[in-house]
Amino acid sequence: MTGTATDTAARPGASAPPRRAGRTTMAGTSLVLVVLLVVSVTAGLAIGSVQVPPGQVWGIVTHAMGADFAEPDWSRARETIVLDVRAPRVLLGAVTGAGLAVVGTALQALVRNPLAEPYLLGVSSGASLGAVSVIVFGVAFLGPLSLSAAAFAGALGALVIVYATARTGGRITSTRLVLSGVAVAAVLTAVLDLLLLTTDRGNEARAVLAWTLGGLGGVNWQTLWLPGVAVLTGIGVLLVQARNLNLLLAGEEAATTMGLDVARFRARMFVLLSLVTGVLVAASGPIGFVGLILPHVVRLFVGGDHRRVLPTAALAGAVFLVWADIAARTVAAPLEIPVGVLTALCGGPFFLWLMRRDARRGTDRGVA
Amino acid sequence: MSIAADLTVEGVTLTAGARQLVRDVSLTASAGEVVGLVGPNGSGKSSLLRAVYRVLRPAAGTVRVDGADAWTLPTRQLARTVAAVVQDSAADFDLAVREVVAMGRTPHKRMLAGDTAEDAAVIDDALAAVDADRLADRPFDRLSGGERQRVLIARALAQQPTLLVLDEPTNHLDIRHQLDVLGVLRRLPATVLLALHDLNLAAYYCDRLHVLSEGGIVASGPPAEVLTPALLADVYGVVGEVSVHPRTGAPQVTFLPDGR
Repeated sequence: MTGTATDTAARPGASAPPRRAGRTTMAGTSLVLVVLLVVSVTAGLAIGSVQVPPGQVWGIVTHAMGADFAEPDWSRARETIVLDVRAPRVLLGAVTGAGLAVVGTALQALVRNPLAEPYLLGVSSGASLGAVSVIVFGVAFLGPLSLSAAAFAGALGALVIVYATARTGGRITSTRLVLSGVAVAAVLTAVLDLLLLTTDRGNEARAVLAWTLGGLGGVNWQTLWLPGVAVLTGIGVLLVQARNLNLLLAGEEAATTMGLDVARFRARMFVLLSLVTGVLVAASGPIGFVGLILPHVVRLFVGGDHRRVLPTAALAGAVFLVWADIAARTVAAPLEIPVGVLTALCGGPFFLWLMRRDARRGTDRGVA
Repeated sequence: MSIAADLTVEGVTLTAGARQLVRDVSLTASAGEVVGLVGPNGSGKSSLLRAVYRVLRPAAGTVRVDGADAWTLPTRQLARTVAAVVQDSAADFDLAVREVVAMGRTPHKRMLAGDTAEDAAVIDDALAAVDADRLADRPFDRLSGGERQRVLIARALAQQPTLLVLDEPTNHLDIRHQLDVLGVLRRLPATVLLALHDLNLAAYYCDRLHVLSEGGIVASGPPAEVLTPALLADVYGVVGEVSVHPRTGAPQVTFLPDGR
């Protein structure tokens, strides 16, 4: 389970550095994921309506970075396709996948429930509503940042509502959590649809409707920095707080006795997670289930310690979404499928499996 | 740094909304003592413990650990002195036993610091103290109730506390594991404050007992002085005899369910 089964009997009570086996699996898993990420990004740059050979992809990329390993024997058009069309999109995919995976990981610890995920809990819907309000009402109080700021506010609002309604007597049951997430998402989506249907800006409405399905198209180098900064900051802060996230796994009272001011910590983390979710939703629409699937898959390999789950989930999320986007661009080419539709196709069944697994274990974890 | 702390609870009143859970309770646990809280369900044992390990803020009164007010210290600083084993079913995400025990090191660690050889040694000692070193690499959620309880005590020990607070640590354990767990606590250098249901175990393992009834303390002292047929009748409403066991020397309660 945690990769330590091999040395179960090997060294009882030895005062060697803890979890040596865990560390090697961690190092191995990270290495595999980094290699996979490089391969995935290459594939993302190479695959499409115009196929570019991988060698040429790296020729173009290194050339653009000022290092000429290959003779520039490619056309301007190919260079534009790789650098200006595909590269920002692939990077946004990697950033979004990494961000959603760590947000899901942290959310599962914060609400102490394995089914938590920004999309399922209505957080993404809140962010969408916030962003769409800005578009529909045309308010741009913060200039180009308005969309992200409004999405952040919507995400935080939805998260607080879901958390407050799901919590009774200091506990959150899976049932209540998922139900209030579904209810809040339904209401927010309804309001969003209402906004779109009644707005005068018919053309924009169609574009926005497509965006609400989640997609990585439409990004360029000028808009990529914000999600990039938000996700890297988010991962950095969460890594610093990894020990505290671990404490929450022990329960709120126990975490308090181990020195964590739980209420304050959770409030701060909610703000951080809403910020990352809001910025990502503003950039690529709500993309579901990435935050649910990846943390659980990663835990199978490296165990539950957040110091290992967070970095590996980030890498795995990046790999996953880059490939999901490649599939979205190619399976029905020339038609492009919203990547959110594909992640839901994978994620829905995964969610059901997870629910049944927890039921089989006889511990609906998080239930008193 | 001391090994065992003095605990002084003075005039503590605890409320939940308009309801009084505990009113004006004072008690002490001196350095190195094992002090038991006994009393019927709902008498306020858990609430009182929660005020000591700082989850339930007293409406009145003070909790002092080695003279310092537990409720004014920073949470992290208190966690280096007071550790607790609480009744709170943990949601667990595939943590190995060793990782669970390692949590106890958190109040001693800076946020980005890795686990050092010293931490590893503390964790090993904690596991060994509860005879759980063989469990180190097992998944926590596959352990039996008794094994879990011992691991949670090891986690508390990894905090290197001078006061250890436990809320019914023998709950749901079979008798073998009850004796194991209480034996571990008895051997600790730290001061121990624990709530117990079983009066005979409390009599055998505790230096002193505080008896709670309806939110107030009705008797305090060594088990032999506290446990009397009159107290059993008053507090629990049962008829019982108390004798001194010839082998253990501890008071022995025999209940007479039909009033003899």
